[in-house]
Amino acid sequence: MDALIPLFVAIPLISAFLIVILGKLVKGFHRFLAPLTLLVLLILAVYEFTGLGKISITYAMGGWTSEGGVPVGIYLVLDGFSVLMLCIINLIGLIALFYSLSYITKYTAESNYFALFCLIIAGMNGVVLSGDLFNLFVFLEVSVISSYALVAFGVGKTELEASFKYQVLGGLASMLILLAIGLIYWKTKTLNIADVRNVLDAGYSKPFYLFVQVLLIAGFGLKAAIIPFHAWLPDAHSSAPSPISAMLSGVLIKAVGIYVLIRLFFNMFVFSYEIALVLTSLGAISMVVGSLLAIKQWDLKRLLAYSSISQVGYVVMAFGMGILLLLRGNNEAAAVLAIGGAIYHMINHAVFKGLLFLNAGAIEHRLNTRNLKEMGGLSKAMPVTSTTSFMASMSISGIPPFNGFFSKLIIVIAAINGRFYLLATLAVVVSIITLAYFLKFQRFAFFNKSTGKALDKIKEVPFAMSFSMIFLAVLCLALSLLALPSVRDSILSPAIDVLMQSDLYFTSTLGL
Amino acid sequence: MEGMSTIVKRVTPLLAGLIFLYGIYIILHGHLTPGGGFAGGAIIAGAFILLILAFGSSALNLKKEVAGSSNTESIALLMVVVLALMALLFGTKVFFFNYLPKGEPGELLSAGVIPLYNIFIGIEVAGAILTIFLALVIFKEESSK
Repeated sequence: MDALIPLFVAIPLISAFLIVILGKLVKGFHRFLAPLTLLVLLILAVYEFTGLGKISITYAMGGWTSEGGVPVGIYLVLDGFSVLMLCIINLIGLIALFYSLSYITKYTAESNYFALFCLIIAGMNGVVLSGDLFNLFVFLEVSVISSYALVAFGVGKTELEASFKYQVLGGLASMLILLAIGLIYWKTKTLNIADVRNVLDAGYSKPFYLFVQVLLIAGFGLKAAIIPFHAWLPDAHSSAPSPISAMLSGVLIKAVGIYVLIRLFFNMFVFSYEIALVLTSLGAISMVVGSLLAIKQWDLKRLLAYSSISQVGYVVMAFGMGILLLLRGNNEAAAVLAIGGAIYHMINHAVFKGLLFLNAGAIEHRLNTRNLKEMGGLSKAMPVTSTTSFMASMSISGIPPFNGFFSKLIIVIAAINGRFYLLATLAVVVSIITLAYFLKFQRFAFFNKSTGKALDKIKEVPFAMSFSMIFLAVLCLALSLLALPSVRDSILSPAIDVLMQSDLYFTSTLGL
Repeated sequence: MEGMSTIVKRVTPLLAGLIFLYGIYIILHGHLTPGGGFAGGAIIAGAFILLILAFGSSALNLKKEVAGSSNTESIALLMVVVLALMALLFGTKVFFFNYLPKGEPGELLSAGVIPLYNIFIGIEVAGAILTIFLALVIFKEESSK
């Protein structure tokens, strides 16, 4: 089982390069190899997930283990939180890739698309697995640089502009992150995440590390598009091909943004009240402002992109609340609820936002427009798209029995238990605003009268696309089961434990 | 693009050969002296770019060159991953394990797999930089039409 860990990075890399070499020679090679790769990765991730339980596995690359308690090589760490992320990444990746098989036919250079897709997956798997700060940075660059190329894949004016904006802000973020990593290395003389924690436990100067943490919040906040850093997201996510938008919004901003932020703040830095307050308020602000900005959008994919900002706000806010509650120390049950709710909402958001972008792609595929005013009356012409998008919309607005309801409920309960009454109110109000703009989407796209376009010519999308959408819609319902205590214990609890007992990570990684 | 004057065309092949050899030297001694795959690869790409600048892009079939360099680059990258994966079969069976005999420190043939990594990384970097350069040339040609 240990030997399988590096395969999460190696397999997608190999298939990416094979696709570049053979994709032009053998016809249809990439259409076969890329889904196969993702399928193998998903099976591997699920296999690791079932076998892992509450333990964590450390994999020292090249056999370079520790020398006198100090790790010398690059570590890959697989624990409850990272294996859960691996499952989401590869699942959404597989669905988006399967959807692409039909969708991508309207673009040229198909083989490049699939190669870049494999690279983005390799980068994200690497980020999630890495136990080493610089290695994490390298994998982060692998995945975001391939996403720059994929955003610009349409090579039109808006796509190139969006990609340029994304590159400038992404480059800025990478610079801030690299600076922070350099500062950490300067003070602690180590890059291993667990070892940094070990050094910090022996004593540290607080102002210096506050500065480092602020740099990291700005850097990863740019990648995760929390509100003051969100300017690139609506352009980039709306101009990319739809399966890529689903990947970016569903998985990328979580894997390279929130996951790393949370991993570092829980398992590397010692908690500090100021940072927890900053995280909570940034989360709350992006939750509210993101939803308010989404209401007046008429471009469907921009509306979804703004709603991503708002939903990511929920996750960040809940994590921040979790840290505040842990610092307070007298209400651990509420902290477990907040952190669990955040992880749960992160999974749910990956599923329903992925589905919504696939729906938007299906509409764009048939109507060639993203403007809500030019749609209408599609519920008869495209029943599968209509039904699945209705389920996703209800899910994201928190209507029972869909998964979004339960994760939002858990976050609200955690906020009330922890006496964050303002945040609880905001979470409920934003949920209602979310319902408002998703009802707007439903009405103008599917139930309004048609706006002149000949409806009888519009058909339902091909099998690969509709199957992917149906699969994710079923998942929207099935994930509600995670709210049941017994299911939650086996799936979410290992991840929550890793974050709750923040010393566990370094003791198990360093083998102390 | 037309090439440069006859003097330049005479001198650059002489220079390019030396630069190319120097790049190979840097790559092969990557485990002994400063430099290695990346630095040497950049130097080798420099030799090619010098020749293209001197003789002009009209002497080349650009599309074919780009396909060639990008294929070379991908094959080299593939070889790096395969070398790393082969470590799962030998010795302690760990990814990126150095499974070849280490030899005497300071000798040219030493350090196990590391010279092999250096060679493939050198080819990769040379291919990548050349691909980027050729892409820029193609863009210039197409936009000036």
